[in-house]
Amino acid sequence: MAYPSQLGLQDATSPIMEELMNFHDHTLMIVFLISSLVLYVITLMLTTKLTHTSTMDAQEVETIWTILPAVILILIALPSLRILYMMDEINNPVLTVKTMGHQWYWSYEYTDYEDLWFDSYMIPTTDLKPGELRLLEVDNRVVLPMELPIRMLISSEDVLHSWAVPSLGLKTDAIKGRLNQATISSNRPGLFYGQCSEICGSNHSFMPIVLELVNLKYFENWSVSMV
Amino acid sequence: MLDVEAQMPPPGEWKTPPFDPRFPNQNQTRNCYQNFLDYHRCLKTMNRRGKDTQPCEYYFRVFHSLCPISWTLGSLPSASPGAALDRADPAGNFPGQNLTAQLSAAPQ
Repeated sequence: MAYPSQLGLQDATSPIMEELMNFHDHTLMIVFLISSLVLYVITLMLTTKLTHTSTMDAQEVETIWTILPAVILILIALPSLRILYMMDEINNPVLTVKTMGHQWYWSYEYTDYEDLWFDSYMIPTTDLKPGELRLLEVDNRVVLPMELPIRMLISSEDVLHSWAVPSLGLKTDAIKGRLNQATISSNRPGLFYGQCSEICGSNHSFMPIVLELVNLKYFENWSVSMV
Repeated sequence: MLDVEAQMPPPGEWKTPPFDPRFPNQNQTRNCYQNFLDYHRCLKTMNRRGKDTQPCEYYFRVFHSLCPISWTLGSLPSASPGAALDRADPAGNFPGQNLTAQLSAAPQ
């Protein structure tokens, strides 16, 4: 979950998110290096009394600062494409869960066996118990089994929403009339929070998502108790 | 107890719709719609031929798993093809209103 004064990404909970974090570190390092270099050169330019008034061409340095950025871009593109294709790999899910965005809550449907569905509203700040997270807790969490690939199908009943869980590296738009697929695969049990990520009206900021990843036995007991 | 093997459901039981190579991408709308159509076409054909409709159950389970409940408004295995269609064509934005006409005109 997010915490105050956070600067970086949330801890990764899925292999894809770990890859994304590594890629982010790699790309950000390149960005910092380039920015520092440019800032240094600017500083040099502004703090020198030397002049050269007869510059006509500079073939060598022009060549370098054309080739080098192209090489840098390739160094960024290759890991990026690798992760892109990794996200599209065929996996065989063991469970399908549908989520429908509404104004202003999410509803979840587990219909592989029995018809289990429920709404998930944010808990208002006035009703929070001590220790609970403001604007992030919900009344009914999405309970899922951990360490198994799960197919998430995301759609909307009214306007555009977006179902996002940062620690799993997931963000998928919820569009009425369309069924978007995402895959969840969590490394560990726990609670993972997200928020609606597409402006959808007055309570757009108040329709969070909470995933509760548990072991399979607990998930089976929970789903039986909920039907 | 927490390893992946222990977590997998027992083999041989229905889990969830498998990967369908006809719909490999993110947009699974057509997957839901196609199985919905296939189920009703299967029912229609089997009933017309007087055969058992048990093979159609596969399509039912697939579209039941994939399609949001509000799109199918509780289609039941035993419901006649026309029942759910006029109430709610899948997604509301498809030319599903013509579904009855499609089924009538579908190749036999």
